[in-house]
Amino acid sequence: MSALKSNFRANSPTVDQVGVVERVNRFATRSIKNEAKLKGLKMVLNMIDLTTLEGMDTEGKVKQLCYKARHLHDAVDGIPCVAAVCVYPNFVGLAKASLAQSGINVASVATAFPSGNSSLDIKLTDVKMAVDQGADEIDMVISRGRLHRGDYQYVYDEIAAVKEACGSARLKTILETGELGTLDNVRLASDIAIAAGADFIKTSTGKIQPAATLPVTLVMLEAIRDHHVKTGQMIGMKPAGGISKAKLALHYLIMVKETLGVQWLNNKWFRFGASSLANDVLMQIVKQQSGAYQSPDYFSID
Amino acid sequence: MSESQATWDLAPAPESIGHVHWEKSYGLFINGQFQPSSGDQTFGSINPATEERIAEITEATDADVDQAVKAARNAYEKVWSKMAARERGKYIFRIARLLQEKAREFAVIESLDGGKPIRESRDIDIPLAAAHFFYHAGWADKLEYAFPNRKPKSLGVAGQVIPWNFPLLMAAWKIAPALATGNTVVLKPAETTSLTALKLAEIFQQAELPPGVVNIVTGHGSVGAAIVNHNNVNKIAFTGSTRVGKIIQKAIAGSKKRCTLELGGKAANIIFDDATIDQAVEGIINGIYFNQGHVCCAGSRLFVQESVHDEVIHKLKHRMNSLIVGDPLDKNTDIGAINSKDQLQTINQYIELGKQEGADFYQPQCNLPAKGNWCRPTLFTDVAQSNRIVQEEIFGPVLAVQTFRTVDEVINKANNTPYGLSAGVWTDKGSKIFNMTSQLRAGVIWANTYNKFDPASPFGGYKESGFGREGGLHGLAGYLDF
Repeated sequence: MSALKSNFRANSPTVDQVGVVERVNRFATRSIKNEAKLKGLKMVLNMIDLTTLEGMDTEGKVKQLCYKARHLHDAVDGIPCVAAVCVYPNFVGLAKASLAQSGINVASVATAFPSGNSSLDIKLTDVKMAVDQGADEIDMVISRGRLHRGDYQYVYDEIAAVKEACGSARLKTILETGELGTLDNVRLASDIAIAAGADFIKTSTGKIQPAATLPVTLVMLEAIRDHHVKTGQMIGMKPAGGISKAKLALHYLIMVKETLGVQWLNNKWFRFGASSLANDVLMQIVKQQSGAYQSPDYFSID
Repeated sequence: MSESQATWDLAPAPESIGHVHWEKSYGLFINGQFQPSSGDQTFGSINPATEERIAEITEATDADVDQAVKAARNAYEKVWSKMAARERGKYIFRIARLLQEKAREFAVIESLDGGKPIRESRDIDIPLAAAHFFYHAGWADKLEYAFPNRKPKSLGVAGQVIPWNFPLLMAAWKIAPALATGNTVVLKPAETTSLTALKLAEIFQQAELPPGVVNIVTGHGSVGAAIVNHNNVNKIAFTGSTRVGKIIQKAIAGSKKRCTLELGGKAANIIFDDATIDQAVEGIINGIYFNQGHVCCAGSRLFVQESVHDEVIHKLKHRMNSLIVGDPLDKNTDIGAINSKDQLQTINQYIELGKQEGADFYQPQCNLPAKGNWCRPTLFTDVAQSNRIVQEEIFGPVLAVQTFRTVDEVINKANNTPYGLSAGVWTDKGSKIFNMTSQLRAGVIWANTYNKFDPASPFGGYKESGFGREGGLHGLAGYLDF
């Protein structure tokens, strides 16, 4: 064990919560109008990981979701498709088949999602199952209990092992920030995940409240920026859970733009994990084009 | 997966001015009425973003000032000092509420007339001005409790002269405590930014404030001098340059006039290596680029501990690149127009001076509108305590950065200035903050934040930054005899 790795806490910068909230409030006062709004809304759609992660998921539900992913709103021309569909490992094969030739990725949660409380072997088996079925992306959860105990090396090693098991699939590491307690811990977990080889860092499972928030996301973006400045390597970001309104999503994009730069404003480097966001964005796009809000009944619920 | 190299620039988002009304020309507000001057001089109020003349303002004469002082004296003796304190409080509450109701209109006019971004006038200047009236309204009938057993008494007529950087807010800082303590007022706004003070006079009329309690005389420095020199004024309250502050002190020497002065500053903003760097960088930005740097307490001298210098400067430049300079009425503007041609020239001279002094110069390459007074946010690194850009107040968006090694060194350097208005300290260690605050010679010290204002918190300086405090109990005391 190298001294550097075991010294994660000392090497991770501290964060001032009051200052973070103040900065975030500045993003939220940005006014996004007209062509900038339309362009932003289309970007948002193209960054969505359309998600279903329920105990009652069925093949029928997954198929419907995959169709929606390809055809968000056929009534209007020029609507992009989403970035990926996110499901449990046992639906990966079906999702992969349903999305064939669409360019839409299949992401699978794994590693004893959402708690992450299991042995490493079982977690790796979970990952391999998803990868073998063709998952393009793996959304793992970190061991929050270990992090709270100060066992940072364990958290690091586990992420590194999962990364290896992913093979060519991109690894998104879920920090579950709602269970981390402080922004200092969010920063620490981000640094550990990035160091261990995560391709993306992601806020939440969606099963714990609060899920994604602007302050938590800003702290994670700053970790990504610092890593990029040091190494030149880009890491992706995915806030997930709790983002259901277009306006909020646009403020996330403003934050990404001003913190990281426009090179992050595409679905290779930024994603929204969301199930109901797409319809609100669609509604705003149609309003932008027609001048009037349509009834929600005109937008399909899948 | 697509990795498009999209740009995503914000579309213009201008605040609408359709609902905003102001007169094309204003007289002097004396004894509750707008009236013409005894002379015939007027001058234009210029929108610094477009260089358009947006209103005609009256230049008061000595005779006008005399009339205003007489009106204030009369109102003081016959009405305001006789009125039950609770009734005075009611008028001030009424002013506060009316100001709050018309906040949007005031914000737009403040930005049109002075060049500050609408985000700041809307979110900071106007709400804070209303808060000052609310706060002081509450004290009006509780002065006996504010100063127990000291028998507080009002002074009489207060002559107040305010600057152009926070036109309405400074008027509120001056007028609200004077009224709450039972004094009457003759106020002169700065010549480049008279409009919101005159709009405030309209609010006084709507609030049915008794005539003469507040009088507003507009014009240049000579009008301020006439107020300062008037022998029937009991108190002078001035916010502005140290140069003028010295003239005022000379002018009133030997008189019984009470005086508070809030003058220039060259504040040290100190970043230790254990600070939360990203938030500190944001604090540096707010400290110096807030209101185009036209802030007497601006954190214009940055001290960075040497071990984190490169990181701080890198992040600072990155953040500067995301600042939007331009139309003050656009809701996305971070840095608006420089208040006047004169001030722009002063700032540009200092920028030239900094280059001549050999400092490293940096400005982001943001676009500027073709017309108007603009200055990009500016950073000078590699400067020394002996540089003039470190010693002199520039009053613009220009930051000079020095490094330091130890706590003692930075305290010495921070205090090594004729000014002493404010300072900022950034560290994650509480004990370090208290050590710093007890040794820095500055009236206001912010820890892990900057440019925070509250009516309950006294504001004012040491040394050539002036004396007396505004806000809180200390501010009330400046308008009372005991």
